[in-house]
Amino acid sequence: MQLYQKQNRISQQHVKADQKAADKVPANLWVKCPKCQQTFDQADLGRYSTCPNCDYGFRIGARKRIEWLVDDFSEFKLDLPETNPIDFPGYLDKIEECKEKTQVDESVLIGSAKIDDQRFALGIMDPGFIMGSLGSVTGAKITYLFNWATKNHLSVVLFSASGGARMQEGIFSLMQMQKITNAVTTHSNAGLFYLSVLTDPTTGGVTASFANQGDVILAEPHALIGFAGRRVIEQTMHQKIADDLQSAETLFKNGFVDAIVKRQAEKDVIAQLIRLNEKRQS
Amino acid sequence: MGKNTKTAAEIVQAARAKDKITATELIENLFTDFFELHGDRALEDDPAIIGGIGMFDGQPVTVIATDKGNTPQERALKHFGCPTPAGYRKARRLMKQAEKFRRPVITFVNTAGAYPGAQAEEEGQGYSIAQNLMTMSELKTPLITVITGEGGSGGALALAGGDSVWMLENSMYSVLSPEGFASILWKDSSRADEAAEVLQLSPTKLLEQNVIEGIIPESQDHQETCQAIKKVLQKEIARLQKMSLDALCQARIERFSQF
Repeated sequence: MQLYQKQNRISQQHVKADQKAADKVPANLWVKCPKCQQTFDQADLGRYSTCPNCDYGFRIGARKRIEWLVDDFSEFKLDLPETNPIDFPGYLDKIEECKEKTQVDESVLIGSAKIDDQRFALGIMDPGFIMGSLGSVTGAKITYLFNWATKNHLSVVLFSASGGARMQEGIFSLMQMQKITNAVTTHSNAGLFYLSVLTDPTTGGVTASFANQGDVILAEPHALIGFAGRRVIEQTMHQKIADDLQSAETLFKNGFVDAIVKRQAEKDVIAQLIRLNEKRQS
Repeated sequence: MGKNTKTAAEIVQAARAKDKITATELIENLFTDFFELHGDRALEDDPAIIGGIGMFDGQPVTVIATDKGNTPQERALKHFGCPTPAGYRKARRLMKQAEKFRRPVITFVNTAGAYPGAQAEEEGQGYSIAQNLMTMSELKTPLITVITGEGGSGGALALAGGDSVWMLENSMYSVLSPEGFASILWKDSSRADEAAEVLQLSPTKLLEQNVIEGIIPESQDHQETCQAIKKVLQKEIARLQKMSLDALCQARIERFSQF
């Protein structure tokens, strides 16, 4: 009976001419845009790592973003000790691994940046560092960034990219949300400007705290932005949810994002918004 | 009251117990002259949050409580006590109103978390919680929280970012439910009991870690539990009202900066 189960299709008869062809082509030569499903040569994504078809910004590390985002950047190296507050097995090893991989000491890179002559405080989250999750050191760094900006009367620009709270730190991760918020509020009450830029993905506890506390909130095209995870929503609702429910475009339509900005335009837009949001000295 | 000897999994069970003290019982027993206030002034009224003003110990206070509902119909209507963005907007409105009149805010939290529905996402669940955190951060009146059952994640924090957080003996407070935690980290939600232990979500653990100010003994007799809560609230309101508003806000920032 095996004979009848075998479908004699041309596609199945097709044999790869060179069995080792796959090994000869470098990996990642072709990339598929996860949003519009088009396939491109890796080189077509260019220095901004964006989809040539739909402008989606691919997930990139903080070090990579800083290459084209500003004219000058000096990093704040705080050397804060990592702890394992709920003794989660293997947690500190995972941190070391991520440090190596991302070349950032935590899920956010912070420093003093400059575009033209304009100085400001800049934070960039790294989605490759335990999903860009919010750990205690991440919280300490972002808090430091806002406090530094308050002291120096500067704007803050913060790029979010995060899976949300860092589960491995339990309740201590949750506490970061309010800790950072307190620093954001102090900065805000000093009449200083905070620009929040939501990139792919911005979710969970980060969405529910500082990412949504900017005076102006921008988003990159097609970025996933949401609070609850898709799986959780579907299990609660017992139905499939729309593919674009948590897209930057839907949030824009619903009034939660001021503008959707392509990476190529971000530098100019940041400079413009900082210029426009200077507090009048009376 | 003796030390709670329950395992973390037992605490979770007790926090979710059917006979857990309800929001309506708390309000009836602790406040007189209670007047419920509805609506977020934007779109709707979320029944998962009961808000209003009542008299406590001779002074008016603002009360904000998550409510799981008492009957199956109520539970469905209140989506099991998981607030929607409208609920958080209502809470925020009432906090700001309390600030205007300098009356203390008392929040009672018993929620698995913010409601994870498609509509809640569309209406800005994350944004609403984020705005509540900002409001609590600068609120110029005392804000005291009692976690009575489940204190689930950002949905609980959205009502607990104030000056003083207390927990009933059989309650929990965590970054995520044990089921969710096990499912995310171990891809196995059946390991929830183990996750509860790892999460350190019990009042005893959280007190050790300075996350909360204290634990309130709980009795089968809900009147007795209310008496215990009343004592704590009296003491805490008195302590916080003695502070200048600047000192109050400063202490609140310090409360969180230790983490």
